[in-house]
Amino acid sequence: MTKAKVTKGKRVGMTGDEAVANAAAVINPDVVAAYPITPQTIIVEHFSDFVHDGEVDTEFVCVESEHSAMSACVGASATGARVFTASASQGIALMYEILFIAAASRLPIVMAVANRALAGPINIHGELTDQTICRDTGWISMFSESAQEAYDNTFLAFKVAEHPDVSLPAMYGLDGFILTHALEGVYPLDRKFSQDFLPERVMKHPTIPGNPVSSGLLALPDYYMEVKYQQELAMTAARKVIPEAFKEFGEKTGRYYDQVESYQMEDAETALVTMGALSGTTKFVVDRLRKAGEKVGMLKVKTFRPFPADDLAKALKDVDAIGVIDRDLTFGAPGAALYTDIKTSLYDYKDRPQIFGFIAGIGGRDVLVEDYEYIYKQVLKNKGAEKVVPVEWIGLRK
Amino acid sequence: MVTTEELKKVRIPKAKELMRKEDRLAPGHRLCAGCTAGTIARCATLVTDPDNVCIFHATGCLEVATTVYPFTAWRVPWFHNAFENVAATASGAEAAYRVMIRKGKLEKMPDIIAFAGDGGTYDIGLQSLSGALERGHDFVYICYTNGAYMNTGIQRSGGTPMYAATTTSPAGKVIPGKIQWRKDLVAIAAAHKVQYVATASPAAHRDMMTKVRKALDVDGPAFLLIDMPCPRGWRFPEALSVKIAQQAIDSCYFPIYEVYDGKEYVLNPKSKAIANKPERKLPVEEYLKGQGRFRHLFKPEKREDLIARFQEEVDKEWNHLLKLVNL
Repeated sequence: MTKAKVTKGKRVGMTGDEAVANAAAVINPDVVAAYPITPQTIIVEHFSDFVHDGEVDTEFVCVESEHSAMSACVGASATGARVFTASASQGIALMYEILFIAAASRLPIVMAVANRALAGPINIHGELTDQTICRDTGWISMFSESAQEAYDNTFLAFKVAEHPDVSLPAMYGLDGFILTHALEGVYPLDRKFSQDFLPERVMKHPTIPGNPVSSGLLALPDYYMEVKYQQELAMTAARKVIPEAFKEFGEKTGRYYDQVESYQMEDAETALVTMGALSGTTKFVVDRLRKAGEKVGMLKVKTFRPFPADDLAKALKDVDAIGVIDRDLTFGAPGAALYTDIKTSLYDYKDRPQIFGFIAGIGGRDVLVEDYEYIYKQVLKNKGAEKVVPVEWIGLRK
Repeated sequence: MVTTEELKKVRIPKAKELMRKEDRLAPGHRLCAGCTAGTIARCATLVTDPDNVCIFHATGCLEVATTVYPFTAWRVPWFHNAFENVAATASGAEAAYRVMIRKGKLEKMPDIIAFAGDGGTYDIGLQSLSGALERGHDFVYICYTNGAYMNTGIQRSGGTPMYAATTTSPAGKVIPGKIQWRKDLVAIAAAHKVQYVATASPAAHRDMMTKVRKALDVDGPAFLLIDMPCPRGWRFPEALSVKIAQQAIDSCYFPIYEVYDGKEYVLNPKSKAIANKPERKLPVEEYLKGQGRFRHLFKPEKREDLIARFQEEVDKEWNHLLKLVNL
């Protein structure tokens, strides 16, 4: 939130999961198909309450697996219905196959991801890898810093996904336990806002009786490439639609978001860059360092797909060095997801900063204030290095 | 809510009337010559109202051969998602139609048919099917079984019969084809206590079409297992598909019957005739010898032991079915 001038309504205490369930209930989707998994469970439990108490018109399909959850979402969305789901970790991995099909079928399904580490070893705690591994699926992908942002992302995700120029599914993450289970004050929105912000979904070729359209055809080498290229065009369109959606949302709620949020960046020489809930602590640390006279700022990458390369370049053109903190993993690569994306995005810019990678908070490991301060010191220390500095794991047991 | 007694009385229009209708599956698709998947799909969709039917499809022969982009052979709404999830996909659509009806955007629940092969049902799609049957979605699941993964080149499935040679259960020097019997999919479906489960065959096409209509008339899930002779995978001349299907009924390898409410078993005319006059039962050897996938049971030398073993399995299943019918 760049401009926190929000006062509409009363703040209500809710966990991140409850915030998502509440937002979904306000949106009142036609179909929710979901399967429970920690730390997403509160979302489906809470939403089930709304269904059974008659507070939503939604058909809740309580499926037997995440694979079926996403499959049912695809079937429902193919009829033109507004469809929502939520999952995490192993659930995302299980539905991975269908994520690609949802995107290629251009179905604007919205999914909340209660970001959790992937097995093995089995672990239920916060980590963003379950969502970063979806970067090639063709989904719009966003992260949340707070329960409020997770709440708002529910609306924003539908807004972007259902835009006729985009028509792609969208997922947004909220860090497991840190956001999903922590109680926070959230400014809620109402049905009136929802109906105004999210007009009824319009689908060109729904699978409904009397409309003899075939969808999901076999495309061989003569057409497959064009279908995939159209998905890239849709992502390109999303780059334009996302800031418009954020702007409209800001005007209507007072809560403004950016694809890349800048914090204390005005005269910053160094910056820490991260995604999701880590951003909150990073801001705190930046404030502390600023008080100590350090010229440091923070960038929060909110939209991971499409990746806001230009916004980052703009925000970093006067910065000498940055530390990218990834709470996600990929093995044998030049670095983790955010780090490699930022490095690739900035390579051609003359004014790019030096980029150093850090991996922290894996499997729910606490990332403490001193860890961020250490990262900052490492960035300063590495500055000027004439070869690639290997990505450093923070807070490892020795 | 249709009662079971009403369901038993469901009849379809006369052949003359049906023949006047336009096929929902248009000619020009790319199924192999002699493939009975096309026969099954055409017959099944002919008993639906083209303006009130939606087809969902698992990946498989029928899917790829009828919808090669930018062409489609389907004249009715049709959707394909993936291989193992047609039941879940149809579940989602059915839920969406339910909401549309509630909101006044749709008049009534359309006929929903989910088509899948034996690979997509016996094996990889079983969980999705079970979930959808348990949740009670109003749709008909049609498994057309050709007893192998024909679309990928004749690999064995849980529906492949014993001793059949497939590319992953070849007739080797030591192991004579598939060594296991097939899964009892009808019993699995019936165990969900859905109102209607049946087997059908293109050799009894009116019976098959009536069953599709009955299944569609159920207010909830229904399951049909339809025998689908495959000239390529079973190795027989294209002109003999229906004859082979007939032999499957006559030998009791693929009897045709219905299960109402998960408990009331009813044999249909051709199989019932055999139950009444057991001497009409065709030795399974007759069924096996016409198919190249069982060639190794006859050449280079006749494997009486294996044929007898096959017959034993058929008899065991048939006798069990007779018991269920007479309960």
